Amino acid sequence: MQEYFIIIVSAILINNIVLSQFLGICPFLGVSKKLSASLGMGGAVSFVLVLSGALTWLVQTYLLAPYDIGYLQTLAFILIIASLVQFVEMVLRKYSPPLYKALGIYLPLITTNCAVLGVAIINIQKEYTLGKVLVHSLSHAAGFTLALLLMSGIRERLEDADIPESMQGTPIALVTAALMSMAFLGFSGLI
Amino acid sequence: MGLINEFSKGVIRENPLFRLVLGCCPALAITTSVENGLGMGAAFTGVLVASNIAISALRAVIPDSVRIPAYIVIIAAFVTMTDQLMHAFTPALYTSLGIFIPLIVVNCIILGRAEAFANKNPVIPSIFDALGMGLGFTLALTLVCTFREVLGAGTFLGMQVLPGNSPAILMILPPGGFITLGCLLGLLNRLQRKSA
Repeated sequence: MQEYFIIIVSAILINNIVLSQFLGICPFLGVSKKLSASLGMGGAVSFVLVLSGALTWLVQTYLLAPYDIGYLQTLAFILIIASLVQFVEMVLRKYSPPLYKALGIYLPLITTNCAVLGVAIINIQKEYTLGKVLVHSLSHAAGFTLALLLMSGIRERLEDADIPESMQGTPIALVTAALMSMAFLGFSGLI
Repeated sequence: MGLINEFSKGVIRENPLFRLVLGCCPALAITTSVENGLGMGAAFTGVLVASNIAISALRAVIPDSVRIPAYIVIIAAFVTMTDQLMHAFTPALYTSLGIFIPLIVVNCIILGRAEAFANKNPVIPSIFDALGMGLGFTLALTLVCTFREVLGAGTFLGMQVLPGNSPAILMILPPGGFITLGCLLGLLNRLQRKSA
């Protein structure tokens, strides 16, 4: 039980996927201008992250490892993620139109989100069991959503701030992220 | 003239990191030392050149409707090769770049060049386009690395350049990456506005 707790706390706060591992920076900067958009993106990423975490683990354990073809990992994982995203999109469109409408435009972007592939690879590197893979993926997804929500809250307020012309847009977003990252650094002594 | 233009646009005018703000993840994560930056730049350029050649050569064969999956498979194949080569020949660099070598596969610059250039142009211009973009990305990475390594560790390529032994460690921790890239982008915006 304690093991799981450590995985959860370290994935959400200490090794936050965006602010200390630098995965998924593109959506973090691109879709964090509005609170509603970042909620949608966070939801879509969480959904795919957990599914692909479990699926890639199964493929690695029962297909790549027994036949000793671990060098195909990158190729296999990216294909799994790309087809999973397509599949999720089709299923949602058919069975849950409201959810599809909410997540729709964010889904295709996820294929090239390095957080998804990154977490899948970390799962394998740490030699987790399936249970831990699910907890680990879910916690990273929560960490991603948390960072995105915090960022969009700040950026909505930044709209009214008086920022020097050259720093507007991405530069000020990066400096804001630096301050957030510093705050998260404070968690590093937690465990 | 045309080829030189394809080459030079990636270095400054359309620099992938500073002008188009693509490929941020590796630019923030592995830029803690100049050595990492150069290694990452070389690996990235290798994959970009190889995938641009392959995609440009196959552009008549790949059906339009499945081009994105086809590109991803081609890129993933070259990334796997690079990964294996670096594992064998530069083990120290392989360890310090870690997860970011396989992640070259989802680097938006590579897929972006495939879609924007290699699938419309013959092989030779595609090579020059890839070399220019690769060089531009490497230079940008090295610039970010230089600031972070000099300020954060007091060294440049491992040589002591700042006196004293209490550098600003924050610069090689995660926040330093965000600050450096943010300030550099702001500075470049300002320089560009002045010259325009």
